[in-house]
Order: sequence, then structure tokens, then C-alpha cells
Amino acid sequence: MLRRLIAGLCVLVVPGIVCGAADGPPDSDRPLRFNRDIRSILSDKCFACHGPDAKTVEGGLRLDLAGQATDSSVGAIVPGKPDESEVVRRIRSSDPDEVMPPPHSHKELTEKEREVITRWIAQGASYEKHWAYEPMRGVAMPGVDDAATGGSPGKVAITQVIDQTITKRLAAENIQPTDQADAVTLIRRLSLDLTGIPPTAQEVQAFLDDDSEDAYSNLVDRLLNSPRFGERMATYWLDLVRYADTVGYHGDQNVSQSPYRDYVINAFNQNMPYDQFVREQLAGDLLPEPTLDQQVASGYNRLNQTTEEGGSQAKEYLAIYFADRVRNVSQVFMGATMGCAQCHDHKYDPYTTKDFYSLGAFFADLDERGVYGARSRPPMIRVPDQDLLNQLAAMDQEIAKLKESIGPLREKLIANQDQWETSAIKDIDKRTEVEKAWVDDELVLDANKSGEWKFVEKSKAPVHSGEKSRQQQSDGLVQHFFDGAKQPFTVASDTRFYAWVHLDPKNPPRAIMLQFNDGDWPHRKIWGSDDIAYGLQEKSYAGYQRAGQLPETDRWVRLEATAKEVGLAEGAKLQGMAFTQFGGLVHWDDSGVIDSDGIPADVAAAMQVPKTDRTQPQQQSVRQYYLAQADEMNSLNQSISDKQAAREKLFESAPETVVSKSVQPRTIRVLARGNWMDDSGEIVGPAVPSFLGELDLGERRPTRLDLAEWLCREDNPLTARTMVNRLWSLLFGRGICASVDDFGGQGTYPSYPELLDALAIEFIESGWDIKKMMHTIVMSQAYQRSSTPTAELKERDPYNDLFARQGRFTVDAEVVRDGALSISGLLVENVGGPSVHPYQPPGYYAQLNFPRRTYAADSGQNQYRRGLYTHWQRTFLHPMLKAFDAPSREECTAKRARSNTPLQALVLLNDPTFVEAARVFAERIMREGGDNDDQRLDWAYRNAVSRSPDDSVRQPLLDLYHQHLTHYQANEDDAKQLIAHGGAAVAKDLDAAQLAAWTSVARVILNLHETITRY
Amino acid sequence: MNPNSNQLGRLLARRTFLRRTGIGSVALASLLNADMARSASAASLGGGDVALQGALRGTHHPPRVKRVIHLCMAGGPSHLETFDYKPVLAEMDGKPMPASITEGQPIAQLQGKELKVLGPQHEFVPCGDSGLMISSVFKHIGGLADDMCIVKSLHTEQINHDPAHTFFNTGTAISGRPSMGSWVLYGLGSETEDLPGFIVLTSEGGGQSQPISSRQWHSGFLPSRYQGVQMYASGNPVHYVGNPDGVGRTQQREIVDAIAKINSIRNTELNDPEIKTRLAGYEMAFRMQTSVPELTDMSGESQQVIDKYGCTPGDGSFASNCLMARRLAERGVRFIQLYHRGWDHHGGVKNGVATTANLVDQGTAALIQDLKQRGMLDETLIVWGGEFGRTPMAQGNGRDHHIKGFSMWMAGGGIRGGTSYGATDEFGYNAVENKVHVRDFHATMLHLLGIDHTRLTFKFQGLDFRLTGVEEARVVKELLA
Repeated sequence: MLRRLIAGLCVLVVPGIVCGAADGPPDSDRPLRFNRDIRSILSDKCFACHGPDAKTVEGGLRLDLAGQATDSSVGAIVPGKPDESEVVRRIRSSDPDEVMPPPHSHKELTEKEREVITRWIAQGASYEKHWAYEPMRGVAMPGVDDAATGGSPGKVAITQVIDQTITKRLAAENIQPTDQADAVTLIRRLSLDLTGIPPTAQEVQAFLDDDSEDAYSNLVDRLLNSPRFGERMATYWLDLVRYADTVGYHGDQNVSQSPYRDYVINAFNQNMPYDQFVREQLAGDLLPEPTLDQQVASGYNRLNQTTEEGGSQAKEYLAIYFADRVRNVSQVFMGATMGCAQCHDHKYDPYTTKDFYSLGAFFADLDERGVYGARSRPPMIRVPDQDLLNQLAAMDQEIAKLKESIGPLREKLIANQDQWETSAIKDIDKRTEVEKAWVDDELVLDANKSGEWKFVEKSKAPVHSGEKSRQQQSDGLVQHFFDGAKQPFTVASDTRFYAWVHLDPKNPPRAIMLQFNDGDWPHRKIWGSDDIAYGLQEKSYAGYQRAGQLPETDRWVRLEATAKEVGLAEGAKLQGMAFTQFGGLVHWDDSGVIDSDGIPADVAAAMQVPKTDRTQPQQQSVRQYYLAQADEMNSLNQSISDKQAAREKLFESAPETVVSKSVQPRTIRVLARGNWMDDSGEIVGPAVPSFLGELDLGERRPTRLDLAEWLCREDNPLTARTMVNRLWSLLFGRGICASVDDFGGQGTYPSYPELLDALAIEFIESGWDIKKMMHTIVMSQAYQRSSTPTAELKERDPYNDLFARQGRFTVDAEVVRDGALSISGLLVENVGGPSVHPYQPPGYYAQLNFPRRTYAADSGQNQYRRGLYTHWQRTFLHPMLKAFDAPSREECTAKRARSNTPLQALVLLNDPTFVEAARVFAERIMREGGDNDDQRLDWAYRNAVSRSPDDSVRQPLLDLYHQHLTHYQANEDDAKQLIAHGGAAVAKDLDAAQLAAWTSVARVILNLHETITRY
Repeated sequence: MNPNSNQLGRLLARRTFLRRTGIGSVALASLLNADMARSASAASLGGGDVALQGALRGTHHPPRVKRVIHLCMAGGPSHLETFDYKPVLAEMDGKPMPASITEGQPIAQLQGKELKVLGPQHEFVPCGDSGLMISSVFKHIGGLADDMCIVKSLHTEQINHDPAHTFFNTGTAISGRPSMGSWVLYGLGSETEDLPGFIVLTSEGGGQSQPISSRQWHSGFLPSRYQGVQMYASGNPVHYVGNPDGVGRTQQREIVDAIAKINSIRNTELNDPEIKTRLAGYEMAFRMQTSVPELTDMSGESQQVIDKYGCTPGDGSFASNCLMARRLAERGVRFIQLYHRGWDHHGGVKNGVATTANLVDQGTAALIQDLKQRGMLDETLIVWGGEFGRTPMAQGNGRDHHIKGFSMWMAGGGIRGGTSYGATDEFGYNAVENKVHVRDFHATMLHLLGIDHTRLTFKFQGLDFRLTGVEEARVVKELLA
């Protein structure tokens, strides 16, 4: 069923029949193939002028299209006849005005390239479509072992496909592969590749001692099932999607998105099918009734860099975020480099500018802002863990129970209302509330006025009290206020503030706000829209208390705010009050504090009306007031609100994360030359790159979910190939297609295209099962080969195109750190959670501002977490991570640079993390390593690099130990300083000089090339 | 490839270096020899070595300068109060800005505000024999007029600080691309084995301190050894360059030797070029631990020199950084960037410019005179300017960001001193005459270093990237002597 959907698929056992390039004759004799031999030359040297970019096609000739290139009326390429082909004449010409490529392009062809092109034309100049856009094709293999297929007879075990494909090619090329690596190398390799942490000495010994046939396979299973697997895979995935803990632009402020990282780790650990993983990240919010995890996953769409710089133009930044997202989506999921198409049609691939904007249009529905408010990146959600969810559910139950008791209590109280009225009415005059104005026809308090206080007379404008009111009018945000009152008002627990306002019926404001100052201003109550941005958050709180709709227009209304709801506690000293509106015409009049210990005027009036004569509203206001003032009701309400507040507080202890939220899609236009100010371009809707087909959805606007579904279709030529090639590269240090970041025309041709296809098909057929693919690959002989190249291999295959050996390389920055912590025993393995702060040189963030930041290293467990949890400051990445080539995560990184620099040496030698690891490792050496120096050294070496030291290694280390022991015995203070590095407890019971000397030995071991290399 | 004196210079430097190297020099020598034989392909460069040599294996044409010192005036200095003399603007003070000029133009904090002209807040005076008009705020820099070429028609594409710096340093606002210092180091290599070839120092004062990202000196997709290394006035001048507490130089030496010995043993088993590189890396790291303290120990500077710069050496001031820049130049550092964060004068531009100018004036002048006296100015390109200029329109009593026309100046080898180039309109708004784009500046800077900007490329994601990108960029020959 599935198989039929994949064009040309043939993963069947067909004894005796072979197909695929691996079976051709050796390199020099075999027929040339366009994709393997020709395309890269034409792409690199010719397509810039004779390729897909519609704007720059020189002389009307496109060499990427067979039809045009071999058009007999043009004669550029005459198949079979190089002598008659203009192309050959031009590339061989010595006339600078004729020769191609022209000298000014600096793209000269080599003699070999000229020869290959000529020979290809002689052979018939047959074109192929670019391999990555062609359907995946299976490979047929003879003589496979059914038993190895896990009981699915008739189907080739893909592990055997790997080995047979490679072996055949090596045999054809007469290349001798390396032998299988030794067991120690294998367990180190597997541990580093699958978990990112080196094996302990015990694990190595157990593996060496295991004689069973399944020893290797069992080890693989154990490592794949370790929670470290998810962390290791996440490290790579986070590079691709450019996950970081800060916003990247300008002030590079923090943004909370660590729940997304947890999602990625868990997804890999639970072996979530890759198609589901893709779907949830691109469109988790659009799935039916999305789970919390799916919403978190949708945060992928919002991991781009953002700004809150004052003076930024929203439109410009929306265009920047848009392009960033297209680059990332195409890189991560399609292995495509669409970035160039922002300004012009791609010069080497068939992506057009329209494709670029159409792909981006899938994301036009995202709720986002061009310029964000300070420290806010809505929409965000809180992500409680299971423990917290349980606690919240218990509290919800308690609250519901309390609420249930309101009804009965109400009934009970109503029975006594008459009695209360009788006694209350006696004192009614004394108890009427009184407004105490701070502002009326002038500012009564001694305080500083700011903003425009425009007093207007009764004759010209509505006035509520006295002779004047304050007129305020604007198209946008406007306010007047006073602060710094010489005699501040002391807030009581039941204090209420008021202000009389009159909203113009023809020109009402969008929103009005009362704001209070007790030294600072974070006390606000808002009526109307969210246009007033001060303190704005998604949920109401004391700093932005929403009161609902605007009051009625064309009449005087008293706005009220309780001290409590705006976060002014009893005893607070009130110094100021602000009168703010967004737009419209408003008259503000007497404002101040309500003497709150009384019956409100309207209630008092109603009480004086005989019961039988009271109107419905009068009855209600008396009833409500009565119930509200009853002690029992008060105390019940108090317990409910206390519980609710406690629940809210608990909920807010959960980390926040950015998420996708779909709103009305904004209009997307093709921007001419990427210019965001140009509104003349064509309007485009969501569409996949046109040369890859189209979505058939009728009239319906395609969504992000449709894009995800398209990516995960079994006949999508890019998704499975891209991912499986990357999995391979994690296990060999390079992909089958070496350009893991570019499957386009400028990328490299896969050294085993048919193997890549077979793996991709297997990936899809397995249900996009990542662990299964990793298992499959590491079970191959190819994976298990030694990484030490023979002289012949170094000469004939320096870049390991043919996988006649394994790769050898420095481990990732995070793994360098994890290794040292793990060897020392300091590593704290808690999976997930917010980012942590390892030691960092002071002052490193001095160039940051808005706000200024000081870095505080974590103490305790969080100091010793794995590297992937390090706080990722995009503009100032931790210097240790940076030195070891971790990317800033501003853009997608599919392949990290691997450098080897003096700065790395300085880190390993002197970074407190590594010095502390060494001295704690030294402590273990002394406690666990045995009784004499030889034993201890052996123990230390085996725990770090998994094998015993030879004598040649042993001697320098022992010499160093003795030299330093002598030195530290004579310099006890130095010893004490050295063994006190970092926050871990100092081993006071051990001899300081010995410990210091072992620390020196440990430093050497942690600095060895072998310790940080995966062989 | 065109072998020239630079290459010879490097070979000599290499020999000197090898002679000076003590332990570990054997491994190092073999490494460097092996390195000489390597091709300039991106693949081998990605592999990692401590090469002095750049990817170009020489230069494209004879260079005019060996190094660049970029005095980056971060925040965006007002050209109208510094180097672009606009008498008409003074007459227009307080009047509305003609809408024909500003309509549809990008604008930052003045979005939606009334646009009124603010006349120049400082007087300009003719300076030097050339009579270049320079603001009176520069008492010392004015004295250098005859060495300077002022470009008055610079324009850029980014109107906010962070992207504008990124644009100025990398030629694009897209993150992740190499900075110009990294490009230069990648192309030409370094002239020192004791120090990083690209060093950055920062100072602040005189205005709002806008943040500066390390992206500005990042190597982007180039190997990380080409990244700029930041030096600090307090604490370790370079990260992790100090020995751990309780470890003396002798102990550290012994540790590095033991590492080298065991790595060498391992290498006899594996014959892994990465191990050789690692050996050399440790040797250089250890030597940096000495050379950096020597570098930052300014006690050998004469009082006369210190007075000229007018600073307490090592106090973190711009002037102290200028003194350090000279020391770095002497030691063969290829690209030196000094950021002074203090030119963002949205309000109070009069006092603001005067204050910030005062903080950079003497140091700038002292650096140039000092280099001149030592015969080094001819082989150094000095670049002075910010990420953009400021509006002729008032923002209160300040000025907003402006990208359509602003000024920078250069001095040193190959530069026609005592001249100015290009012009803005009478308001100082649009560059109208002989416009110079940031890319043109890049092309010109590379040209002075002996590099054809179209031929300094690096393959990344299938494309041949270059500092000047795919748009037109020209060497502004008119600036050159």
C-alpha cells in the first residue's frame, strides 16, 4: 500500500538482479551522469548567468534546461557532437571576449572540467532532473539474510543494504576498508554518538566482559533508551531551529521558551514519529483540541529573533521575521537554501521569489508583533509540569467546594435582612459615604503636576463639581497626572479611589485608565480596549486591572478602583494619581478617595423608600449591599479569593513559553528586491514551491497544517532524505550527501544516492521511526569500522566520501563540558527545565543594555547540568560554548564548524568549570582509585578515556604528580587555593598537597585530545 | 597567485617565531610546514590549524596598508555637529522640514511627529592647510585635517542600532555572516602568533549606551579562529588567559608539556593532523598567557606618550584603548576595532556631542600622531565613524537616527589627506553627490589591504559568499592617494 505511493520503490529481494550506480565500472571508465558529474560544474560556473534566475539569463540561454540547451536552432549543445557545440567552442576559446565563463566572473573552468563537459556531450549530453527533486528510488539487493529482517520475510534488512551498497562500491573502486574498531573504541563511539556522554569505566568493563552475541545490540538498545538520548538529539535539533533564551536583537533580552526545549527532548526520548514531530511544531495549535505539549511545540514558529528597540518600525521587523522564518522552515524541513529568493529568483535552484513569499504566507496567520513591548512576547502560555497540574487540580476542587456554599449562605442571610435594615436605618445619616477630593477646580494636594491640565469653564464644557473640569483630547495616548505629594495618603485595607468622567458621545476614547503612584506607578485600572500599553499583559493583574467596557458616554460617571485590586496594600503611601486615555474627548472632574466606611448614597436612598415601594433596582442594590457587608459572606468571599490568588500564584510558578496562535492572516506581497517599504508587489497566498507541485485544497486557504501534511507526504522527495541524511551525519561526522544544509544544485552529490533513498524509504515505512533508523545504521559494519585511515585511504578518499572508514572529530561544545563533569562525577542529570548559568567571566555582558545585566552563576545542582541547558544568550554566547564552535542560534545551523584553536586550549586549561571538575575528579581518584599511585593513575585514565595508560603515558603523568606534590607540599597556600575552585565542597579530610598534585594530573587528562575526541 | 613582499614578511615572522619558541617547537614546525603545503580550499581551512597564512596566500595586488584600526563611534554621531558643515541648516533652524524631502522615507523615533529643522549646534572652523571645515568640538582631531579624508556622502540601509552595526560590519542585516575583521583575517592571515589577529576593545560615555552584540566581531560561517577576540580593561584581559588560582607559571608549563607529550604519543599511533593542530594550539595558548600580560602592562610607556593620550593606561577609557590599539598594531594584530558607545543623542545633542567628542578627541589624535611618529601610519588604515548619522530634524533638542547621508573619515596609508569626498543636500539629509554605500567602503578598505573584494570568497551553503555580497560595490579610487 505504502509502497505504491513511492514512485519506483523496489525494496524487494530480487536475486541476481542489481541496479544503482554502485554497480557501475570504476570511476574513470563508467559513463558520465549529469547529476553526479556535470551538474555541479555547470551550477558553480555557469548557472549564475545561464540558470534559473529569470532576471539574469544572458543571451537567452539557460543551461539548466535540457530543452533550451540542446535546442538545435541554437546549437549551444549538440548531443553527440562536441565539435559542433557552441558551448565547447566557448569553453575552449582563448579569446577573452569569447571564452566562457568570462574572465571577469573569476569562475574559470579547470582542464579536467572542460574535458568532462566535452566527453559528456560526446556521450549524448543526457540530462537528469536534480536528484533531490526526483522521487526516491529503492535499491534491490541480492542474497540478503531474511533472519536479520526481524521476521518480515522478503524484505531486505536495511542494515545489509548499507553494507552491501558500500562494499560493492569499494570493491569496484578497489578500495580496502578499515577493520572493525576495537571494543573500547566502539563503546566510546556509541556512547558519545547516542548519548553525548562518555562511558564509565564500569560500563566499558561490562561491555568487554559480555561475550554474548547480542552484546553490541544490547548496548545500542540501552543507550537509545537512556534519557540522555533525547538530550543528545535535542542539542542538534535546537541548532536547526535556532532555539535560544534571548531575543537576539538590540538589548537581547531574555525570553522564556525552555518548555519548547523540554518538548524536543521528550519527543526524542519517547521516539515520537518524525512526521508527528514536524506537524506539531509547524501547526500544533491547529490540531483538533491541541494538547498542552502540542501548543508548546507550536512555539517553533516563534523562535525567531525579535526586537523591542525603541524607534523600530513594526512593518520593517515583520518583514525581517517573515524572511527569517522562510529561511528556517526551508532549511530545517527541506534541506533547501531559499534565503536568496527573498530578493531575486534563486540562481542555482528552481525556487522563485514568488515561492519564497508564498511559503512565508503559510505563517501570515501568526499572532505576532513587529516591535514588542518590554520583556513581553505574547502570545505565551504557562506550562505546568505534572506535579504542578495535580496540585492545581486539588486547589480547583477546594475552590469549587467553597463556591457551592455561597448559595445556602445567601439564603440564610436573606432571612435576616429585615432585621438588619431595621437596625441599620437608625444610623443611616452617619454612615453615608463621603468623597474626599484631591483634585476639583484645582489640584488640592501639594504635589507636582505633569502633562497638560486644561481646566475648562462650566459655560463651555460639562462640569460635574464646582466651576471647572479638565478637558483632555488626543488621537492617541494622552495623560495628565500629579505625583510627589508632600503629605501622602496612607492606604487602608478598604480604601477606594474615584474619579468622575464624562465621555464625549461623538468622540469617545478607546480606553481610559486610572493609575496610582506609591513611589512607582505599577497600579492601574483600565476601562475599554487594550490600547493603553503601559503594563499590558495578557491576563489582568494589579498592574493592568481590566474593568470591562467603557462607561456610558454623555453623562457623568464615577470610576472607582479599590486599593486592593490595583495592588496597594494597607499602609502604602499614595503620592500620585494619573488620568490617562487613548484617543477621544474626555472631561475629567473631581477625583480622590472615598471615605469607605459607610453605606453608599444610592443604597442609603433606597433604604429610605418603604420596601413595598422600592423599584427593582433599588431592591437589588439594598440586597447586594446587605449581603456584601455581612461578616459571614465577607469571610467566605475572602477565603475564595485567597484560594484563587494562591492558585494563581502557584500557576505562575510554571515557566512560560511562546506559542503560535492563529489570527486573521495578514496580506503578504512579493517584496521587490526584498524592500519592505515597497507595497506594489503581487499579493500571494500560501503555496508550496511551484516546481514541487501544489496543494489541492479547492477554495480553502491552505494552513500551516497543510504545509506540514505536505512535508510529511510519502512522496515528498525532500523531507525524509533531509532528515535521514542528518541522522547519518550524526553517526559518521558527515552525511551521505555531504552538504547536510543544502540539497540544491550547489550542494554536493550524494556519494551513495541509492543508499540515501533506501534509508529515506525505510524511514517512511518504519513510521518515521528515528530510534529504529539510528539502530539500523549503528548495527552496520560501516559504522563499526576503525576511524584511523590507512595511507591509501588518506590519499584516495581524504574526505571519506565512500565510508571505507569511520569519521573522527572533536565532540560538540556541550559534550566537551558534559564529559568533564561526568568524568569528575559532578554532572547532575535532571532532564528538562529552565536554562542554567555555569560560571562565566565577569563583565561579559557589559555591552548589553535595556536593561543592564549582571550574570549570576547558579549555585548547587544547577551549576553542574548538561551543556544543552546553558543559558543561550544569542549576542553573547557563553565563551566556553563559543570557543568550541557552538552557534549563536541566530540562524539555522545544520552543520557546526569544527575548529581547533588556542582559545579552546585556554578554556580547558583555565575555565573554572574545568579546574573544578579536575579537582573533584582528583578527589575521586584518591578515594576510589586504590591505594598506590599506579593504581590511582590507572583508575583515573580508565575513567576518562576508557583504557589503561601505556608506560609511555604513565611516566610523564607520574613525574608530574611527584613534581607537583613536592611543590604543593612546600606551598600549602597554593594547594589550598587550587583545591577550592568552584562551589563544590572542599575535601577537608584529604591531604591538600596530594589532592592538588592529583588535580594537576586530572587537568592534564581532561585536556587530552583523546578526551574530547570521538574516534 | 601573486607572491609579494607580504608573503616574505610572513615567512620571516614565522622564522622569528619558531626561533623564539621553546618546548614544543618541533611539533609546531612540522605543523607549519605541513600548513604551507595546504591548498586554500575551504575544506582544509575548516579543518583548523594555527596558520599565520591567509586563504589568499598573498594579496591580489600590492597592498597600501597592512592593518585596519576601526574607531567605531557607536550610537550614530551627528554628522551635522561633527564633519558635515551646513550653513543653510542654521538659517532654517526652527522651520518646518520640507515634506518633499522626508515623505515616504524610513524614520525611527520621529514616526508620526512634526518635523522641524534643528540648526547645527556647534560652530565649524577651517582646519589645517587644507582648510577642511570641522566642528569646533574636536580640538585635537581638527589638527589632523591634512591627514584626513572626510567622506560626507555615506549611506546605509538599516535605521536601528543593532541591525545597522551588523550591516556596517558584515554588509547585510541578516545574522550569522562574518564581520569585516574576520574576512580580512581569513584572507590575509595574521602577523602575530602571540595574539589573536582580530581584537576588539570597548568604552562608553557621553550618551545613551546602546548595546553592542558580539555578532559585530563574529566570524559567522568562517571558522571560529577568525573571530574577533574581545579584550577587557578589568579582570582577565582575554577570557581564561590567567592561570587558575594556586597554579604558578612553572606548574602551568609542566601541565602543558605533559599534555603535549601524551598527545604526541597518541599521534604516533593515529597520525591525526588534528592532534598536531591541538599541540600547536596549546603552545600558542600558553604563550598568550605571557604575551597578553606583557601587552597590557603599560608601565614601559613614557610619561610623554601617556600625556599625549591623556589617560591613565588601562582605565577602560577610549584614550587608553587607543594606546592599546597602537601596542596591538606594533605586535602585528591585523584588525583592531575600538567601540565607543556614547553617540546616541536623541535629546540634548548640543551638550551630548560636546561631551562624547571630548571623550574621544584626544585619544584619536594621539593614536594617529603616535603611529606617524613611529612610521606606522603609512601601513595602517584608520577608520572613524558610526553605524549611521542623525536627522536634520529636531527630536526635542536632539536628533533621531538617519541613514540617507552621513559622514565618516579615514586616514593613513593610501588615503588622500586634507580632502573631503561627496556631499549631502543643503539640509544634510540625502547624500546627493558621489554617494558612497557601506559596500563601497568595504570594497575600498579591502582594496587598500591588497584584496580584490570580488575574489575574497568563502563557500557556504553552496554559495560563494563575500563581504560585499551580490550587489554592486566599487572601490572609491577618488579617496586614494
